[in-house]
Amino acid sequence: MTTAPLETTTPIAGPGLSHRTIYWIGFCVIMALLVIAPLVLPAFWRRFLTEVLIWGLLAMSSDLLIGYTGMVSFGHSVFFGLGMYGAAAALLLFSPPNLWLAIGFGLAGAGAAALFVAYFSTRLRDIYFAITTLIFSQIFYVIIFTWTAMTGGENGLIFTRPHLTIPFLYDARFNGATMHWFVLAMVTASFLILRRITQSPFGAVLQSIRENEARTRAIGYPVQLYKIVAVMLSGLFAGLAGVLYAIQNEFAAPDFVYFITSGDTVIFNVMGGIGTLVGPIVGAGFFQLLRELLSRLFGDQFPYLIPLGVIFIVMIIFLPQGLLGFARRWLNR
Amino acid sequence: MDAVAGFFQSIPIELIIVQTINGIVTGMILALVASGLTLIFGIMDVVNFAHGELFMLGAYCGVIVFALTGNFWVALITSALTVALFGAALQIATLRPLVGRDPLTTILATFGTSLILQNYALWQFGPVARKIDEPISAQFTLFYLQYPWYRLVIAGLSAAIIGGFWLFLKHSKFGVWIRATTQDRVMAQAMGIPVPWVLTGVFALGAAMAAASGVLFAPLAGVNHTMGLDWVLKAFIVVVVGGMGSLGGSIAAAIFISLLEAYASIWVSPAQAVIVSFVVLILTLLFRPTGLFVPTPK
Repeated sequence: MTTAPLETTTPIAGPGLSHRTIYWIGFCVIMALLVIAPLVLPAFWRRFLTEVLIWGLLAMSSDLLIGYTGMVSFGHSVFFGLGMYGAAAALLLFSPPNLWLAIGFGLAGAGAAALFVAYFSTRLRDIYFAITTLIFSQIFYVIIFTWTAMTGGENGLIFTRPHLTIPFLYDARFNGATMHWFVLAMVTASFLILRRITQSPFGAVLQSIRENEARTRAIGYPVQLYKIVAVMLSGLFAGLAGVLYAIQNEFAAPDFVYFITSGDTVIFNVMGGIGTLVGPIVGAGFFQLLRELLSRLFGDQFPYLIPLGVIFIVMIIFLPQGLLGFARRWLNR
Repeated sequence: MDAVAGFFQSIPIELIIVQTINGIVTGMILALVASGLTLIFGIMDVVNFAHGELFMLGAYCGVIVFALTGNFWVALITSALTVALFGAALQIATLRPLVGRDPLTTILATFGTSLILQNYALWQFGPVARKIDEPISAQFTLFYLQYPWYRLVIAGLSAAIIGGFWLFLKHSKFGVWIRATTQDRVMAQAMGIPVPWVLTGVFALGAAMAAASGVLFAPLAGVNHTMGLDWVLKAFIVVVVGGMGSLGGSIAAAIFISLLEAYASIWVSPAQAVIVSFVVLILTLLFRPTGLFVPTPK
């Protein structure tokens, strides 16, 4: 009887396997599953998974602000939307449409918007930052919605999907599986970069801003500059998500600039677990699965956001760490 | 210079006066919405994202009661009371467990609430806008157009509600409790003030003010499920421009911004006139992030 507690305290890994090894083995297993997925899943679920990855990237980008810097952004729809419209611009202006040009334009658009929003909104903290980003998302929505000549107004822009090109090596039309792999590669690369950022000295400063902004400033860090860079980085990744979504669905619409997208992003984060980077992807998957499940059970007209909203509030009260919150420290090591 | 002078001469003075009155009327409704928001924020440290949905719920409540009784004033009072009760229940269910946590969690919780209420309204009432008849259909001649008295009544009523609320805050026992709770929550608790119920009461009051403004506004434009978001965004802008948690600042900012938007819509469409308030917001953030209508902090 007395030996039982001793047994449980032995690390699961055993002496041979370090935290690092388990982490990367887990990473490889999940990656392998995601790579195989399009080959075994039916078309609907393959598309579903691809979209979850895109929403996950958007949520992950905002996690850099919410989870690591302590700034809740309600304006990520701007960056996402500008990514979409940037990609649309590149695909409509240049012929033949070029994939990498679309990504470049999307990132430029999102980055410029992020710089603009960051310059003003980082003057305020906490709740005020959240409100200001929300108002900025509305500004961009109104501009895009009313500037019909440039953005197509309410109808948005429709374009054809570019070829998947790797210069000198590969050039073919996208199909379902290559689209999925392309999105997966982009999301994985973004994840690795974001993970590197959060573990870098720069990321450490961001986390110290989250913990105690006044003290960070007192030590001598230019806090506002760090915040601006954080918002810009976050905006770039959100823009990438927008580009991927635009390419996947072959349109750009003002609905995605609307604040609902930002709200969804925050929900994904809270549901999955803020400050974990993978949590938001899990949250996006959880949200979309529940939504799909509810509309299959009760029909398309069912207001699925009512039960999801209730789940969201219950999670805030009773599970503020989110689904993956229990593993937060382990994931960030 | 001639061009500038010509530009100003080209605007008829009547139009400016009409737009001034319009701006003040909208500004008073906005002030009523924003003062509820400021109240909840200043006392509870809660950014009430669901405030616009309470506004919308109040309007729908007014629509239902109006359809039943046919009396606008009964609808106004019933709706305010119902939404106040609902607000109290909402506060107890979703916000009371979050007291003492990071204020950001309250913005998330109220955001969730707003999602639920908005989708409930869409599900229950459908996407078609409803309308309430104006209780006062009399009009008076203002230059070349017939201006409805009702608009002026709205402005007056909003001012009366805000004034009454101010007196309540200054002189009633509950008002003293509220102010004590704002100043020092722990000390207020130690003095025997039931702080949790004060917070609930404040939320109910703010909800009632939102509902009242919803009913007052309903005859001017249709009632639909998305009306809340437009108003809460404007109210947020007002609260930031007016200075967070300052009642007087919010009222001044509400009228200021509505006037600017009214003047702007002389030249551009109302949808684009919104951009003016965004510009005011950006300029405020740049030069006076503590708010335009509050004394400079020392």
